[in-house]
Amino acid sequence: MKEWPLWEVFIRSQHGLAHKHVGSLHAPDAEMAINNARDVYTRRNEGLSIWVVPASEVSASSPADKEALFEPANNKIYRHPTFFPVPEEVKHM
Amino acid sequence: MLLDDKSVYLMRLGDNALVLSQRLSEWCGKGPAFEEDMALTNIALDLIGQARMWLSYAGEVEGRGRDEDALAFRRDSHEFTNLLLVEQPNGDYAQTLVRQFFFDAWHQLVLEALRRSSDDRIADIAAKAIKEVAYHLRRSSDLVVRLGDGSAESRRRMQDAVDELWMFTGEMFNADETEELLGAQGLACDPSTLMDAWLAMVSEVFAEATLELPAGEWMQKGGKQGRHGEHLGLLLAEMQFLQRAYPGATW
Repeated sequence: MKEWPLWEVFIRSQHGLAHKHVGSLHAPDAEMAINNARDVYTRRNEGLSIWVVPASEVSASSPADKEALFEPANNKIYRHPTFFPVPEEVKHM
Repeated sequence: MLLDDKSVYLMRLGDNALVLSQRLSEWCGKGPAFEEDMALTNIALDLIGQARMWLSYAGEVEGRGRDEDALAFRRDSHEFTNLLLVEQPNGDYAQTLVRQFFFDAWHQLVLEALRRSSDDRIADIAAKAIKEVAYHLRRSSDLVVRLGDGSAESRRRMQDAVDELWMFTGEMFNADETEELLGAQGLACDPSTLMDAWLAMVSEVFAEATLELPAGEWMQKGGKQGRHGEHLGLLLAEMQFLQRAYPGATW
């Protein structure tokens, strides 16, 4: 059997607001990828909606760029909104 | 008399689901791809759930103190009333898929009819099961098209499977006295009324799959009356081994 292409699977769960990456799987096309995702990733009632994306279409940052991409954010503490007192009644912050 | 007919009918529904589930679970760990393996075993689990509902109810209606486990694990081959189609061996993947497709198409029609049963519990079970079966049918018809209209080898294998299993399809539509009686009362479904819809469904999928509907008219029968081939005995020997060797064992 020829190897099927890889798909990245995103599930929007019962409680979550956004689709979340849950893993990947092989399938010959998008329709079967969704069917397979249903069987592989939603067996315990996890999902309300499924997205599948060809893994080859995902562009990823390079691990070598880690410092250039992320270091500047870490050493500017004023970018973190931790200096504001949050009233207790405010949820989900 | 009516109670007997009702429990007989419920047992048939349960036996179909149970035996096909056992067959599908034989693929566990051996599927042609990880994703297919998961899909087949999911379907097996769906069917187990349905078998439990039908057999529990059958046991209650029968009133002889047999629960779902007693019916599943302590009956012999001649007491099983499943269709011959579902006990056929897995064969290659084409045979497994064609068997599934023939059954799913029939199963959906039966459950649609049973959803309107005059018996509330039958209607409830059917309404629950039909959601699962709609997916089973969507999946199996999709794969029949892909493999039928696939490579030369996949098409040959699919057509061979169709030709081989065709003689087990007639039994699905032979109504016996039990089904005629319960059908007339609106409690069950007279399967002879489903044949045209089933043929239309299968023909449509086959046309897309470039598969040919066999011309053969001679059909096997007897499963519903407990006359089975050797395959069922072997399947039960494996399925029932634990309860036969260690009666009442639990874990």
